[in-house]
Amino acid sequence: MKIKADREVCVGAGMCVLTAAELFDQDDDEGRVLVLQPEPHPDQVAAAREAVELCPSGALSLEEG
Amino acid sequence: MSTVEVPRGVPLDRPNPFDPSPQLTRLRETRPISRMIFFPDEHEGWLITGHEQVKKVLADTRFSSSSTFQRSPVDSPFLPKQLKEFPVEPGMFIRMDPPDHTRLRRKLTGVFTVKRMKVLEARVAEIVNQHLDELAASPKPADLVEKFALPVPSMVICELLGVPYEERAEFQTRSHKMLSFSTQPEERMASIKEIQEYILGLAKQKRAEPTDDLLSDLTQDDDLEPAEMGGIGFLLLVAGHETTANMLGLGTFALLEHPEQLEILRDDPELMPKAVEELLRYLSIIHLGARRIAAEDIEFEGHLIKKGDSVSISVAGANRDPNKFDDPDTLDVRRTATGHVSFGHGVHQCLGQQLARIEMRIGFEALLRRFPGLRLAVDPSEVPLRTDMAIYGVHKLPVTW
Repeated sequence: MKIKADREVCVGAGMCVLTAAELFDQDDDEGRVLVLQPEPHPDQVAAAREAVELCPSGALSLEEG
Repeated sequence: MSTVEVPRGVPLDRPNPFDPSPQLTRLRETRPISRMIFFPDEHEGWLITGHEQVKKVLADTRFSSSSTFQRSPVDSPFLPKQLKEFPVEPGMFIRMDPPDHTRLRRKLTGVFTVKRMKVLEARVAEIVNQHLDELAASPKPADLVEKFALPVPSMVICELLGVPYEERAEFQTRSHKMLSFSTQPEERMASIKEIQEYILGLAKQKRAEPTDDLLSDLTQDDDLEPAEMGGIGFLLLVAGHETTANMLGLGTFALLEHPEQLEILRDDPELMPKAVEELLRYLSIIHLGARRIAAEDIEFEGHLIKKGDSVSISVAGANRDPNKFDDPDTLDVRRTATGHVSFGHGVHQCLGQQLARIEMRIGFEALLRRFPGLRLAVDPSEVPLRTDMAIYGVHKLPVTW
């Protein structure tokens, strides 16, 4: 599974960082998403899914497989 | 087959101070996407009450935020009697669509990141403690709104923006007027203008002599027109104090009326982040909801929402949807309430939400710890509720300890 982030779409709400700080961060200038770990460990998959669901702008998605 | 009438305006009555209007609940059960007649021009638009449907509308930019036409969804003079054109004012990115919205919002998002807000925690705690010291020294009973719920977020947003806190009367009375359903439209517009002018005056000073705050930073941005800065400052100032203040006030009222939940929270303060999410969900203070206009004909879950139709979103309806939350009408500080739409969804999701979370977490934690005997000083039925305001809450919360 791979985390995809579209930084053009991101509105910097920070829900991903709040949900899974080990997978996501925000840049200092515009607060846009930074993916720290594109391939989550099995025990991080649930958090990754939650972050995708909570992302308000639809900037995050998961590539299964 | 449905027995629920087409509502005239957003149902705002709250027979139980913490629950949404029963009419909203009935509507969501029968027609989560429903027709609604908008005041006062009888425009037949839509009211969305289901959680999934609300999220879909807010995430879809074909439902535009930027219509220049305003229709009142409540029976009050709040918005003009006639359908009237209101140009989107510079800087008011809450009423813009991408890419205009994106351009302005991006100038602010770096300030409100999760990391940046964490740095503010110590200062928020100081402000909270200072006000609780003053509360402790006050004669009993005291109004928790006046002593704590309103001044704490006001001071925090003033410091962040660089607005002198001593000048809060300049914007608090006007902001109150702006959000009250009894205010005449002309007066409402005048209040908005006055706050913007106040911010613009301040920005002029800061442009000449910048200090370490957000307004100063914005004045140094050559890409921003002064009028845009006025609009941005206005939005942050109003959103920063009215919303969190009402969560602190109404949230305390709700906890006092649910002593078993209060006990759970006192026994395990680690639950506070969860409790904050749950209070946000349970109380849904944005009770007028958001409004959108269909920018084109939209096929939406079997309905044709026509270009130009007004669409009203019910945050309270969505947050109590049993399809999303088990036993939604129960306040349960142990539940995982993430996924609520109290900060909205889509590109307009609340910019200041991480700050609001910190203020609530620190605020409730310190209040409960320092006032173990905190209780209402009046009968619960005597607490004046803000059913007459765009943002719900309590006008006053008389407490003793």
